[in-house]
Amino acid sequence: MKVWATSTRWSLGMKMSLTAGLVMGALVAFSATHRAAADELRGTGDMGLVVERASGSLLVVENTTRTQLARVEGLGDLSHASIVYSRDARYGYVFGRDGGLTKVDLLTAKIDARVIQAGNAIGGAISQDGRLVAVSNYEPGGVKVFDAQTLKLVADIPTGSKTVGLVDAPGNRFVFSLYDEGAIWVADMSDPQTPKITKFENVGTQPYDGLISPDGRYYIAGLFGEDGMVMLDLWNIDKGPVRILDGYGRGEEKLPVYKMPHLEGWAMANGMAFVPAIGHHEVLVVDTTTWKEVARIPAHGQPVFVMAQPDGRQVWVNFAYPLNDTIQVIDTQTQKIIKTLTPGKGVLHMEFTARGEDVWMSVRDLDLIKVFDTASFEQRAELPGLKPSGIFFTWRSGRIGL
Amino acid sequence: MKHWDLKVWTPKPVLKLGAFYAVLALVTGSVAAAAVAKDISPERKTELRYVLEQDCGSCHGLTLKGGLGSPLLAGKLAERDAADLASIILDGVPGTPMPPWRPLIQPHEALWLAQILKSGDLGQ
Repeated sequence: MKVWATSTRWSLGMKMSLTAGLVMGALVAFSATHRAAADELRGTGDMGLVVERASGSLLVVENTTRTQLARVEGLGDLSHASIVYSRDARYGYVFGRDGGLTKVDLLTAKIDARVIQAGNAIGGAISQDGRLVAVSNYEPGGVKVFDAQTLKLVADIPTGSKTVGLVDAPGNRFVFSLYDEGAIWVADMSDPQTPKITKFENVGTQPYDGLISPDGRYYIAGLFGEDGMVMLDLWNIDKGPVRILDGYGRGEEKLPVYKMPHLEGWAMANGMAFVPAIGHHEVLVVDTTTWKEVARIPAHGQPVFVMAQPDGRQVWVNFAYPLNDTIQVIDTQTQKIIKTLTPGKGVLHMEFTARGEDVWMSVRDLDLIKVFDTASFEQRAELPGLKPSGIFFTWRSGRIGL
Repeated sequence: MKHWDLKVWTPKPVLKLGAFYAVLALVTGSVAAAAVAKDISPERKTELRYVLEQDCGSCHGLTLKGGLGSPLLAGKLAERDAADLASIILDGVPGTPMPPWRPLIQPHEALWLAQILKSGDLGQ
């Protein structure tokens, strides 16, 4: 009898604190996972970070379980934030709008180091040897280079212009574009204290973003002020930049551009490159041997990200405001749109898992991250997130230009 | 979705309305401001504030400190005329990435946005 009585009292007590208990339980479970990550041996290869742009926080996520493991707070203004990874894929370097450069440990879900290195920044890159992290800045315009381990300033490269499209290139170089000056600079960081700069002036009007081909050979800057792009062949750098896709708008009037396209995820697949047409509801298809336009694919809206699956079989596209509730999938063999999804308003970014079986999407206005199967297009999972934007998985750590 | 199809948009009638509101604002000042604010439903105001923070914020920064676009902090806009700012919102700045929002935002709504930017009271 006594045993039963005790048991009853215990369960009464449980009921009384049911709500509190549930909340506590959830918190304990959350931090237990987080602690497990720090204490137990594990790799980071199926992990990633999701930017929560409005709250200045990040989610640490895991691909295999399609879950979030922890939240990291205190990263400042993360509008337009992007992330690169250390070569051991343990640390993410987060480039914030407010000039914050933050090194985040994925295993402990803690900030390892943080500096405010400029007034207004736009993105960054990590060097080939993994020792240097560079940030491109709007204000004051230029590139600052930091020691990847300590975040101590190593070199300051003022440009006198908003600086965009910063990527790493083989030979421990950084390549970037000067928005106001219409220039491309290549900084050789072989001797980190004294960068050797090669400057290409008058390459075109308002380069707004840049990318490097996955093999590290071609740097390509998109031009906002002109219908065209500029390409620099880093294997034959003495030949200088050349114009490609000149006049892709064919004189048609541009539509208002409510969101600048992003070239970081520029899709090269099946011998072709798929690029967003600025001010047009089209994806352009370019032959990567001749660099000539071979097709244009009418799309739902103005493309922002045009991203190839790791296998290159399909290309996924999201769109500018106000058509940003939709995703379209292009078959790279037929160059036709084969699927239109509507994950919800404010699809800001997509990221594939390392081998591309899943694609994660941030749906800002629903405060959700949705995960889709890239073969069946079925939704596999959804995770809560606060105004999620960029999603960055650790497989980027070993890729040139990412 | 047809509603958002920018290709079918014809600017002419709205242009006149824009000019009308710009003049109205210049002539009647704050009286017009109050009238303008009243013409916008609370739901639409919420939507506009959200667009201002999130979508304008893409270029001007979530905290409006600037980015590819200029800073839009109240202190920086003190000397600017609300009607001028409204016309920038509506017609954009040619030669820069600032797009014309006229297809998506009504002239009186642009004026209201200009006013809350100048006041610094973004309700966030």
